[in-house]
Amino acid sequence: MKALLTSFASGLVFALGLGISGMTRPIKVIGFLDFFGAWDASLAFVMVGAIAVYFVAYRIRATMPAPLLAPKFAMPTRHDLDVKLILGAAIFGAGWGLGGFCPGPALTSLASGAMPVFVFVVAMGLGMYLHSWVTEIRATTSGLTVSPANTTQDA
Amino acid sequence: MHNFTPIASLLGGMLIGLSAAAMLLLDGKIAGISGILAGVLKPIAGDTLWRVCFLTGLLAGGIALRILLPTAFDFGIIRPLPLLIIAGLLVGFGTRLGSGCTSGHGVCGVSRLSPRSLVATGTFVFTGALTVYLFNHLTGN
Repeated sequence: MKALLTSFASGLVFALGLGISGMTRPIKVIGFLDFFGAWDASLAFVMVGAIAVYFVAYRIRATMPAPLLAPKFAMPTRHDLDVKLILGAAIFGAGWGLGGFCPGPALTSLASGAMPVFVFVVAMGLGMYLHSWVTEIRATTSGLTVSPANTTQDA
Repeated sequence: MHNFTPIASLLGGMLIGLSAAAMLLLDGKIAGISGILAGVLKPIAGDTLWRVCFLTGLLAGGIALRILLPTAFDFGIIRPLPLLIIAGLLVGFGTRLGSGCTSGHGVCGVSRLSPRSLVATGTFVFTGALTVYLFNHLTGN
């Protein structure tokens, strides 16, 4: 119960952080990505602030046998670099630059009631389903390779 | 450079870090939004409720912003719907293929100095910047 309350409170604080920092405003996001135009460096400060706090938290974690409200840490274990990681990040970046929304700010901005945000979030959910369908197709038709990039363009 | 807001962005970033730190130290979870959402869209038994709570909190925070800081939703740029649909599909598909987004890779992963997250973050900032550059040149901005 306490763990679930933590999740709720963390989500709430996360959203406030996104709103205060400017991440919920595509004009700020696109301004940050516009290195060759009127660059707005503000979002670099979001990264610095978030990483400074989380860096310390991660060092504290190293001294803890388990999290305070859960049996164990559920941490990523992979260290290898693969094509999926780089291609996926490249596709995500293209969508981020095009729309000016990444997942957290888009979900938070649903509260604005603005229809375009709703449309973006629905498309984002469909993109996630599309990925699991492609993964399932590839798993069942081993030998036939479906290029994820082409599938996305076809959508 | 216009619209530069270093103090607000730094403070907001620290709140994001604080939220992610609470998820780590209290719940033992990585605060990666795309991963949290994906786990709700394709639920795994016993691993869904905390995700729903986090996302509910995110929406509650959005409602709080609407009341306390309505300028957070002065979007400034809203692309036409067909472009937003393409952008949404790319963000949804890409974050799953690449196992994370700005929060999971960009904040949590970079802080852990994870090689995967450092490469992913460099990649999505690069293709994001490239997309903005191409978009501005093609549309004459």
